[in-house]
Amino acid sequence: MSRLLELKNISKVYGDLHALDNVSLSVDKGEWIAIMGPSGSGKSTMMNIIGCMDKPTSGQVIFDGKDISKESRRKLTEFHRDKIGLVFQQFHLINYLTAVENVMVAQYYHSMPDEKEALEALERVGLKDRAKHLPSQLSGGEQQRVCIARALINSPELILADEPTGNLDEANENIVLDIFRQLHKEGTSLVVVTHDPEVGEVAQRIVRLEHGKITSDKKNESFSE
Amino acid sequence: MNKKHRMFVRMVVASLVRRRSRMIVALLAIVVGATILSGLEMIYYDVPRQMSAQFRSYGANVIFTPSGEGYIDAADLEESVAFFPSEELEGYTPYRYENTKIHNMPATLAGITFDSVLKTSPYWHISGELPQSDGQALVGAKVAENLGIKQGDDIAAVNSFEVTETTDTAQIPSYEIYTDPETGETYCDHELELKVTGILETGGSEEEYIYVSLDDVRSLSLVDRGYDIVEVSAASMQDKLTETVGEINDSSSTISAKLVKRVTASESTVLTKLQSLVFIVTAVVLLLTMICVATTMTAVITERRREIGLRKALGALNSSIIAEFMSEGLLLGGLGGILGSVMGYFFAQFVSVNVFGSSITFRPLLIPITIAASVLVTGLACLVPIKSAVDVDPALVLKGE
Repeated sequence: MSRLLELKNISKVYGDLHALDNVSLSVDKGEWIAIMGPSGSGKSTMMNIIGCMDKPTSGQVIFDGKDISKESRRKLTEFHRDKIGLVFQQFHLINYLTAVENVMVAQYYHSMPDEKEALEALERVGLKDRAKHLPSQLSGGEQQRVCIARALINSPELILADEPTGNLDEANENIVLDIFRQLHKEGTSLVVVTHDPEVGEVAQRIVRLEHGKITSDKKNESFSE
Repeated sequence: MNKKHRMFVRMVVASLVRRRSRMIVALLAIVVGATILSGLEMIYYDVPRQMSAQFRSYGANVIFTPSGEGYIDAADLEESVAFFPSEELEGYTPYRYENTKIHNMPATLAGITFDSVLKTSPYWHISGELPQSDGQALVGAKVAENLGIKQGDDIAAVNSFEVTETTDTAQIPSYEIYTDPETGETYCDHELELKVTGILETGGSEEEYIYVSLDDVRSLSLVDRGYDIVEVSAASMQDKLTETVGEINDSSSTISAKLVKRVTASESTVLTKLQSLVFIVTAVVLLLTMICVATTMTAVITERRREIGLRKALGALNSSIIAEFMSEGLLLGGLGGILGSVMGYFFAQFVSVNVFGSSITFRPLLIPITIAASVLVTGLACLVPIKSAVDVDPALVLKGE
């Protein structure tokens, strides 16, 4: 398997706080990694750096063989728009746009909106019949599935999910994890940031963070396709 | 329009339509500002016309006098008044004065045209009625008091003169001619019977005359001649009036036209001050509207910081964010401008009717001006909040709990 992402000696310092302290991590193409750790361990900082929404204080971020750690904000925006799909704990749907329009927004900023493709993406997460509904008319689980459809629409090389089941009940959590399994089967790389052991334990590899340092990085022996 | 443009329009329209309650607040702020702006614009441009009409109640603002010896010819007068735009010419009244005797006391008759005199002297207060035909007289209050004349009296105006070889005696009844036994000279006491229809009160020199028709003056004097003076009332601005007066003086050799400075200068002064006042109020309203719209837009954009962060996280460049939010603002500005233009007309109408007592003139050109001003003000008001919007850090606003 070839390398998709590599963090080399990444540090992120806010004043006196070392949110990440000389962290190195690599992600192969098609790999499903869970980054776990308690609050304040540096999970969100790592996610922001991987998602090109923040820059490290020091170290290198190499994505698909390209060092992006020194790129300008604009270049980073263009880069993550093309390569990364984001899934949020809070879903972050635009409340005055319908489900299908929310998916099309990602297309709009990426290339060219196509309602047919957006509907197909919603169908993939089992929500085609809810396409014309506003977020307020959808349940939490449905909103998260719209969020996943939006993350998938531009065929990103990496899906980056931040606590994707944090606001969901068990039934919806299972639906989301099933979608992740399906994506992984299809060869999509997944990085899931979570503090939920149940979510972490379905991943192929589990990385644990504490106080800005990686304390363990091991394959999940119980992982099954 | 390609799919990208269609999506852009879809997002902007959805934001305005599906966030109605928020947008109505912003729209209301713009409409109120645009209404007052549009109304004041209409009043600003209509003030000269309104004030000019108001100042006509002070009487004539142009006087024609003979330019040399002699009188104003009726044909010259017609040519001269033709220099005034017909829609601005309120009216003109020729005056021809003749000395006479009433109750053996000297008096001055003023021959006028009764159908126009109230247009050039709207301040005349008449106890009784204005004469309607020949043989009727309007007597100035001072003359009436001196001669003991009352409304309804029959009076006789007498023109005494010596009959010479050139006198056309055919026009004179024989009983009015007599010979002085001492000198042997022949005289005539030509008499004109007049019915007093009203007494004129102005508090000014107008009360010293007896007003009759021009035909009556002519028949009493037995002389056919022109006018001594003509009063003209025109609802023109002072600059235009000065220009017209200059044209008349250049073209006519018998008429000398002059502005009545006490009227035109006062009108000009009051008008300048009133227009300045309306201009300042308009500028202040514009500023307040801008502050109000800016505050509203700031609130609207601030509550959408998370959405802006999301759009940036989805790959929106700053230019896209600016285009989307500015389009929303400009669309609101345009819509507010259209509504404000319509409501502004009714606002101006209300002010005009209550202040000037007449309706406002609708000026279609002010509609695009108001819409453009509304769009511009909204655009400027959106600049600061949009600038802060593009500074949003998606990593911060999209953070979990």
